[in-house]
Amino acid sequence: MQKFDKLTGVAAPMNMINVDTDMIIPKNFLKTIKRSGLGKNLFDEMRFDREGNEKPDFVLNKPAYREAKIIVAGDNFGCGSSREHAPWALLDFGIRCVISTSFADIFYNNCFKNGILPIKVTKEQLDDLMDDAERGANATLSIDLESQTIQGPDGGKVKFEVDEFRKYLLLNGLDDIGLTLQKVDKVDSFEERQNASQPWLTVVAKV
Amino acid sequence: MSGPKTLFDKIWQNHLVEVQDDGTCLLYIDRHLVHEVTSPQAFEGLANAGRKVRRPDLTLAVPDHNVPTTDRMARIESEEGRIQVETLQKNCKDFGVPLFNLQDIRQGIVHIIGPEQGFTLPGTTTVCGDSHTATHGAFGSLAFGIGTSEVEHVLATQTLLQSPLKNMRITVEGALPNGCTAKDLVLAIIGKIGTAGGTGYVIEYAGKAIRDLTMEGRMTVCNMTIEAGARAGLVAPDETTFNYLMGRPMSPKAGAWEQAVEFWKTLPSDGGAFYDKEVTLDVSEIVPQVTWGTSPEDVAPITGTVPMPASFKVDGKPEAVQASLDYMGLTAGMAITDIPIDVVFIGSCTNGRIEDMRAAAEVAKGRKVAEGVRALVVPGSGLVKEQAEQEGLDQILLEAGFEWRDPGCSMCLAMNDDRVEPGQRCASTSNRNFKGRQGFGGRTHLVSPGMAVAAAVTGHLTDVRDL
Ligand code: SF4
Repeated sequence: MQKFDKLTGVAAPMNMINVDTDMIIPKNFLKTIKRSGLGKNLFDEMRFDREGNEKPDFVLNKPAYREAKIIVAGDNFGCGSSREHAPWALLDFGIRCVISTSFADIFYNNCFKNGILPIKVTKEQLDDLMDDAERGANATLSIDLESQTIQGPDGGKVKFEVDEFRKYLLLNGLDDIGLTLQKVDKVDSFEERQNASQPWLTVVAKV
Repeated sequence: MSGPKTLFDKIWQNHLVEVQDDGTCLLYIDRHLVHEVTSPQAFEGLANAGRKVRRPDLTLAVPDHNVPTTDRMARIESEEGRIQVETLQKNCKDFGVPLFNLQDIRQGIVHIIGPEQGFTLPGTTTVCGDSHTATHGAFGSLAFGIGTSEVEHVLATQTLLQSPLKNMRITVEGALPNGCTAKDLVLAIIGKIGTAGGTGYVIEYAGKAIRDLTMEGRMTVCNMTIEAGARAGLVAPDETTFNYLMGRPMSPKAGAWEQAVEFWKTLPSDGGAFYDKEVTLDVSEIVPQVTWGTSPEDVAPITGTVPMPASFKVDGKPEAVQASLDYMGLTAGMAITDIPIDVVFIGSCTNGRIEDMRAAAEVAKGRKVAEGVRALVVPGSGLVKEQAEQEGLDQILLEAGFEWRDPGCSMCLAMNDDRVEPGQRCASTSNRNFKGRQGFGGRTHLVSPGMAVAAAVTGHLTDVRDL
């Protein structure tokens, strides 16, 4: 997993609520068996018309935002499906950070597991950041995960909260399977205890 | 934690392998369901890292999202879909994971087959790379959807890293009126609390209306919990649960059965247990519910009208409603029953079980699908299909002009060839009415099975009680 410590990049404003996972990556692109390559279809139905031509009004098609690394969006970003294709598509496009007032739980978790930082801010802070993001080429935000701050183009800073453990994993680009496998003794002894108290759980009939 | 506990607290505490300093918990997973869409990248990760599946015996795989529903053995037309199914078959073989393959009568939608086999049990933790895993909460199993990285984590370690969740109790009182089902009940709840109403919570459903539901009805309710934003839904196990589970192929067998039931009886929430949030609802006065928009919270009674965008006082909602109505091709103020229907879909993990087939057949009996309406019934599993055929339900539905298909997710999300065409309008028993969910440009109205049949035979949304 790619580390996340500092990020400076263009922030694209998506001033709408309930951006769901089907909008982020429509399901006809989910048939892949790989994690990469989804970026070209990020926000497909909003970004392209039926003939596959770019819709010029869509924010990521505007010259100033084509290289955006950050998305600033309204409430409840990422609602819908648990599919991880949404963060994969964002990441593959180059988005490393999403800022909103709230996120759907599963999407929020999935971001961390893919090296994307989802940041929750207050409504007032979001309004300010949205204003910043609407400045086109000047819409540059700098995120510093270590100090948990977002710095706007005018130098104003916003502090944000992030879970300590997730921060640690993200800062170090650590994969949590490796971490858990170091605790295999604890899993073994859990299984022993459970097997004694609820033996029926482990006798699943053969398929 | 001592003192009275909720059902959720009990399951959670029973599965703690470790609690980290920051409160993140390493949770043991008892049951892991796997399907072809969200697993390939997880197996890819395992193979790349040279890791094994820790407990293949607690894992069960099935292809469902992409499979054809016209002929079980038909070739999957889309190459990518076929590759996903073949990849699942190969991964299960390589990693020793049990698989209900396409030819197997037990194949079906992942959330239908778990309960049907007795794989889903009370007091357990159940996960699947699929948000509607919440379905299994009907058994008092803490069941939730996970992402592919987490699928990989569970495959490798049989555990999951989770932060504790908050408890919400929704107490549903009253007796469901005639013509109303579990689907109407849960749509009414989502209409009330909204699609973000459950965010951060596990919802425990309680009250007379829930106790009165069959297991299948409880599954419908828990299934759609995710549409209210919650992580999981729970119903405390009781005699209804035990009766359903007894004798299922993977349920505990004699000897172990009694021991299991005794344990399961300790699971219901203690009196005075703390909930972070409480909601109560009386369903004795509700009427059949339908959705008019592109979010599951866009719910109205069948006797109602399409709402005015300006009537919503939440920030951003009037604009969202207007956009919904534009997409749906509806005019604010029109009667819901004036909405014409082109396609009817009965199936999915929400309403693809035997009772749903029976409910559909009951309304369809002696009636005909209206001219110009395409109506399909897709049983949730091979066993549901077989049972329905034994009961003659397929004949009733076929005579009425419905298509009778092979099991799979089908038009719930249109990953196979069953889809709603652009601009067409579908009365669907599935769980999501998002834009394009049932096919690009397709428009979805979520309803119960009986209401879906009523729409099929009249050609417009119809109050099933008026037939
Ligand atoms: S039936 Fe629909 S909601 Fe259920 S698992 Fe299949 S696609 Fe998902």
